[in-house]
Amino acid sequence: MQVQSMHFKSRAQLALENKILQGNLDKFGSGGLALLRTKAVAAYGHAEFERLRDAGAAIRDRSLANLDAHIERFEREAVRRGATVLFAKDGDEARDLVLEICRRHGIRKAVKSKSMLSEEAGLNEAMEAAGVQPVETDLGEYIIQLAKEPPSHIIAPAVHKSKEEVSDLFVEHHGTPHKTAIPELTREAREVLRGHFLSADLGISGANFLIAETGSGVIVTNEGNGRMVTTLPRVHVSITGIEKVIGTLEDFSTLLRSLTRSATGQPISNYVSMFTGPKGAGDLEGPEHMYFILVDAGRTNLLGTDMQEMLRCIRCGACMNHCPVYRTVGGHAYGWVYPGPMGSILTPSYVGLENALDLPHAATLCNQCGVVCPVKIPLPDLLRNLREKQVDRGLRPASERLGLRAWAFAARHPRLYALGTKLAVRWLAFLGGGPKLIHRLPFVGSGWTIGRDFPAPQGRTFRELYRQRKG
Amino acid sequence: MRVGLLVTCLVDLMRPSVGFAALELLEAAGCEVVVPETQTCCGQPGWNSGDRAATRALAEKVLEEFEDCDYVVAPSGSCSGMIRTHYPALVENEPVLRDRVAALCAKTHELTDFLVNVVKLQEVPGSFAGTVTYHDCCAGLREMGVKAQPRALLARIPGVEFAELNECEQCCGFGGTFSIKFGEVSAAIADRKCRNIEATGADAVVLGDLGCMLNIEGRLRRRGNTTTRVLHVAEVLAGKVE
Repeated sequence: MQVQSMHFKSRAQLALENKILQGNLDKFGSGGLALLRTKAVAAYGHAEFERLRDAGAAIRDRSLANLDAHIERFEREAVRRGATVLFAKDGDEARDLVLEICRRHGIRKAVKSKSMLSEEAGLNEAMEAAGVQPVETDLGEYIIQLAKEPPSHIIAPAVHKSKEEVSDLFVEHHGTPHKTAIPELTREAREVLRGHFLSADLGISGANFLIAETGSGVIVTNEGNGRMVTTLPRVHVSITGIEKVIGTLEDFSTLLRSLTRSATGQPISNYVSMFTGPKGAGDLEGPEHMYFILVDAGRTNLLGTDMQEMLRCIRCGACMNHCPVYRTVGGHAYGWVYPGPMGSILTPSYVGLENALDLPHAATLCNQCGVVCPVKIPLPDLLRNLREKQVDRGLRPASERLGLRAWAFAARHPRLYALGTKLAVRWLAFLGGGPKLIHRLPFVGSGWTIGRDFPAPQGRTFRELYRQRKG
Repeated sequence: MRVGLLVTCLVDLMRPSVGFAALELLEAAGCEVVVPETQTCCGQPGWNSGDRAATRALAEKVLEEFEDCDYVVAPSGSCSGMIRTHYPALVENEPVLRDRVAALCAKTHELTDFLVNVVKLQEVPGSFAGTVTYHDCCAGLREMGVKAQPRALLARIPGVEFAELNECEQCCGFGGTFSIKFGEVSAAIADRKCRNIEATGADAVVLGDLGCMLNIEGRLRRRGNTTTRVLHVAEVLAGKVE
């Protein structure tokens, strides 16, 4: 997928000006997935859920600490059960592997269940160019495929669309009469997709987890499309990041409890599909050929570094559901595959710090994300870490560096600081005038007064008044 | 009990009255209050901008200024949270400083937390007639566990009617330098906060951090709301509201 993460600011501005999007985001903010999670956690018990988060973090840390061994074990077990395990160092290689599989098996049409890695790899575009028709079958993904847009959320890819917009897309692409009720719209999508499921040669899925001890992949879905993608076509390819490997089914059962509650507030998703090798003798259904493609694409660069905790991520979306910035500008502003707090860490990590300068700063560090993360990733700390790396690599603008240096110098020299603040408060109080409000601040302060007034200071510093009071 | 008042740079600059309100509340609670005059800033702007070296230098300065106090109290969840939650990371590889910082962290409190949980203030001097609502500032809530304390104290003021705020734990969009770097986004987040505040019909929104205060007040006024007051909890508790 094309990297647009350099343009967060302008894309965020477009999002703020888009009235329809703002309406959709407003609804998402008040009644969306965050609320469902809150209810599910309350029902589960707050203290119990905290223990589940601790357990989830420990499982993920254990997996990552021995990732190489887990991957080898996964490969051994998957191969033993008849699957082919392939490795790709980046999205391009993963894409080429899928195209090669398409050629080998004479594939004309592929049905896909949600895979964020296939977005990283730009897989759909490459398949189309190679004459293979990719059809997204997750309802949200299907909608945005029709709209020719990337996902704006990792589990609710079309959350930025209203039902009216979906309805218009269906009229345009299906040539059917206009519908307004959601059940009618989903029925229509099901009818269209059913034909694709039955005529596709290849199923492409992601994997929420890969289980080393059994060589299985697991996907968690609500629509049942994932199960059809992984069982109906004669070839199945599961493509995912190497960090998704965990040790055991026991580990999986623990992570599943927190994953679905964190994502959609469900105790368990409607479907939990586990795939272990191709159809065996005596099996009634399943693909004839089963491939796993494990993709690095930047993961190993984080292993063993101060950013490793990010690899714990199980892709629930809770961080973005609770993020004030995401809830205000939506996912497209972030400019690449992953939005919200996890995206603001993954994008610079995977596409380069210098290609996503705004993202680590596009957060208030409110830590709403950190407290809901089911695997306790300290997201604000990692964002701060990236800010530090930007400073260390000299990637911040000169004006900011200079300002910071001046502030730090003054703050370490109390007399200078006292003089500077004494002058500043008088000047600002003067600007505030009678109503004690500043409508336009000069210099960098103009960022503040674009959308707010600046309440003027009282006119003397505490330091001055305290000295007077002491006499 | 010797209590060091960490005034905070924003109170020093913008709202000295909040500092004096905190001072009076601590004195009313029987504390001997010291105000180190060389104090400037806890270092948070540098920390959140990725300047570790400058932040570490300021942390050491704060440590020297306050470590001989029995307690350190700030009328801010954000600045007290900076000390307690983030200072340890700055000195993690320096054994001597690490222990001194750990001791400082253990005695650092946000004002209302200190009043409720340490000195167990019974009589609240303030008076206020009207309905108030409360915005939970992020760092106070999530770093310092400030939630029930300000509500409990406000409930002891006769005449205060309390109306709970929808989405009270949601960030107001301030975020330090975020509010300037991403002014439009920040103001849009603040706008949602303001709509929720207005929906309570409260006469005042009370909160415990200057950054959020300036942000919310600034957005309310820009929206044309000239009546809803934005008050620091210390001012209300100390009876410093005109």
